[in-house]
Amino acid sequence: MTTADTSVGRWNKLAISRAERLARAKRLTSGRIVSADKIVELLEAVIESGDRVCIEGNNQKQADFLARSLVKTNPDRLRDLHLVQSVLALPEHIDLIERGQVSRIDFSFSGPQAARLARLVESKKITIGAIHTYLELFARYFVDLTPRVALIAAQAADREGNLYTGPNTEDTPAIVEATAFKGGIVIAQVNEIVDKLPRVDIPADWVNFVVQAPTPNYIEPLFTRDPAQISEIQVLMGMIAIKGLYAEYGIKRLNHGIGFDTAAIELLLPTYAAELGLKGKICTHWALNPHPTLIPAIEAGFVESVHCFGSEVGMERYTAARPDIFFVGGDGTMRSNRAFSQAAGHYACDLFIGSTLQIDLQANSSTATKGRIAGFGGAPNMGADARGRRHASPAWLRAGKEGRGNIEMPRGQKLVVQIVETFREHMHPTFVERLDAWELAATANMELPPVMIYGEDMTHIITEEGIANLLLCTTPQEREQAIRGVAGYTPVGMARDKRMVENLRDRGIIRRPEDMGIRKRDATRDLLAARSIKDLVHASGGLYEPPKQFRNW
Amino acid sequence: MEKFTLALPSSSPPLEVIRSTICGVVSSGNLEILVESNPKSDVCTLVVNTSAHGFREIWEAVLHDFALRHPAGGLGFTINDAGATPAVVSLRLDQAFEICCGEAK
Repeated sequence: MTTADTSVGRWNKLAISRAERLARAKRLTSGRIVSADKIVELLEAVIESGDRVCIEGNNQKQADFLARSLVKTNPDRLRDLHLVQSVLALPEHIDLIERGQVSRIDFSFSGPQAARLARLVESKKITIGAIHTYLELFARYFVDLTPRVALIAAQAADREGNLYTGPNTEDTPAIVEATAFKGGIVIAQVNEIVDKLPRVDIPADWVNFVVQAPTPNYIEPLFTRDPAQISEIQVLMGMIAIKGLYAEYGIKRLNHGIGFDTAAIELLLPTYAAELGLKGKICTHWALNPHPTLIPAIEAGFVESVHCFGSEVGMERYTAARPDIFFVGGDGTMRSNRAFSQAAGHYACDLFIGSTLQIDLQANSSTATKGRIAGFGGAPNMGADARGRRHASPAWLRAGKEGRGNIEMPRGQKLVVQIVETFREHMHPTFVERLDAWELAATANMELPPVMIYGEDMTHIITEEGIANLLLCTTPQEREQAIRGVAGYTPVGMARDKRMVENLRDRGIIRRPEDMGIRKRDATRDLLAARSIKDLVHASGGLYEPPKQFRNW
Repeated sequence: MEKFTLALPSSSPPLEVIRSTICGVVSSGNLEILVESNPKSDVCTLVVNTSAHGFREIWEAVLHDFALRHPAGGLGFTINDAGATPAVVSLRLDQAFEICCGEAK
C-alpha cells in the first residue's frame, strides 16, 4: 500500500522558501503595495545570495528603479547572484557585477554595455553562462534557468496588484509565468497606482509586491530610423530587394531588421513597389515592432497585419488608431509580446532580412567585434530556417526547391537575407575572410564564436552590386564566388574569379541591377515615401508623436 | 588631398548624345561629379580629387570597371570626393552617365 507523501519539506521546498521570504517582508508592508523608500530593505528581505534573479531588461522597457535599488543593497548580504534576463542595457546591471554581487549571467543582448561587459569577462569578474536568443532564454526559464526573483516593470497597477503593461508588454508575461509558478517572487515597479486599470495584462495573484517608482520606467526608442539619413545606396538596395526578391518569390509574410537598409525598403513600398503593381502581392503580414517608417505603407493600404515584439516610443496613439492592423486590447491600446512575436517570426514568416557588420566566405554573418560582447537578441531565430515548420506557402516551397534540388520529399525553406553595403563607414569591409567573432571567442573564452546567422541558413545576400542567390549554388566553390561576386571592391570582392562570377551571372545566381531592369538613375531619395521624421508625422495624420531627439522643427 | 588622372580606353557612345560641352553635374553630400566632352572618342578621362589617402588601388578598380561597363569614350569626368564609399562613387558615375547618354546599354 502506498500513500501520497506530503511530508513537509520533501516536495515543497520552494513553497516553504517563498513563505519564509514573504514572512521576512511582512514588517515592510501589510499587503502588496510597498513604498519606494522601503524597496531596498524589501529586496534584501526576499532575495538570497546565490539566487537566480531577472531584472526585467527588455529591448525597450527597463525595470530601472528596481535595478538602481538592487545596486543599493548590502553587497555582504546579497552576493553570487545569477542574472537571467534578455538585455543588459543599464549601467546598473554592470555595476552589480563590479560590486561583486553578480557572479554569473545568462542573457541575450547587451548593446550599450557591450564594452564594459567584455572588460569584466577578460578580468574574470564574471562568468557568462551563454548568450542566448530571446526565445532560447525564455525557453530555459521553463527548464533550468527559472528565476527565483523577478523584478519587472509595468505601466500601472491597481490596489490589488493587477498590472497593466501598456503597449510595451514585451517580455513580462514570459518572465512572470516562469517565476510565479515555480515558487518564485515577483516584484513590479509601476509608473502609477490607480483604482481601475484599462486592462489586466498580469493578474494580481502572480505578483507579490508592487512599488510606485519615483520616475516612469525608462524606454529606449530603438526602432526609430530618421528617413533623412537614408542614403541613395540604401534606396538602390531597397529597389533590388523589392524587385529581385519580394516580387520574385511573392513574399507576403516577413520580418525586417531594425537598420536603415530595411527602413528604406519600408519607405519604398508605397512608391516603387506600388508602381510595380505589387500592392496586395507582397508585405501584407508582419512580425515587426511598430516602425515609424512603416506608417506610409500602412496608410497606402499595403499592410494587413502587424504583430509586435514591443512597442515604440511615440507610436502609441498611431497603433491604437489602427486596430485592424495592430493587436489592440479592449481598452484600445496595443499589446505586444516578445515570446509570441519571436515564435511568429520564426515559424510564420517566409522571409527575414536584416543588416550585419561582417560576412565571411561561407556566408556566416556576425555583428560581434573585438572588445564588445553584445549578443544578437532575436536575430538568430528570425534569421534561421524553421526546421519544425509544416505548413506550405509558394515562397517557402520555391526556396526549398531551389535549395534542395530534385529531392523526392517536397520541403520548403525560409528565405534568410542579409542586406549590406560592401564597405561600412571608415572603409571597413563588410566581407571578410575570417569573422572577428573568432578572436572575440578566444579572448572571452567562449565555447562558440558568436555568429548571428549561420551560412547554412543564409539564402541571399544583397549589396549595391546586386543579389547573390546562395540557394542555387551547387558547390562550396560556387558559393564562395557568389559571395565574392557581390562583395564590391573589398579585398574579398577584388579577389573574385572573374570568369566564374560571369558564369554565375549567366545562370542567374548573381543578378546585377541591370539584369533585373532596375535603372540606377531612379535610385534617388525622391523615391522614398517620407524623407524626414516630419513627413512620417504628416503621413500618420498627426498620430505619430516622435521623441524629442528626433524632432528638428 | 590626393589628385590623379586616368585615361582609360572605352567605346564611344552614339555621337548625338554629347550635345553640349558640359553634360551635367551630379552631387550630394560627399561626392560631386562633373561631366564634359573630351576630344578623343575612344578614351574616357577621369580626374579624381579625393580627401582620403591610400585608396588609389580601389579607385582604379572602380574607374576601370566603369569604363568597361559603359561606352564612355569621348567623355571626361571630374570627381570631387569627400570620403564617399566605392558604392556611392559607382552609383553616381552610373547616374551621371545615364543622365548624359540615356540608359546603360
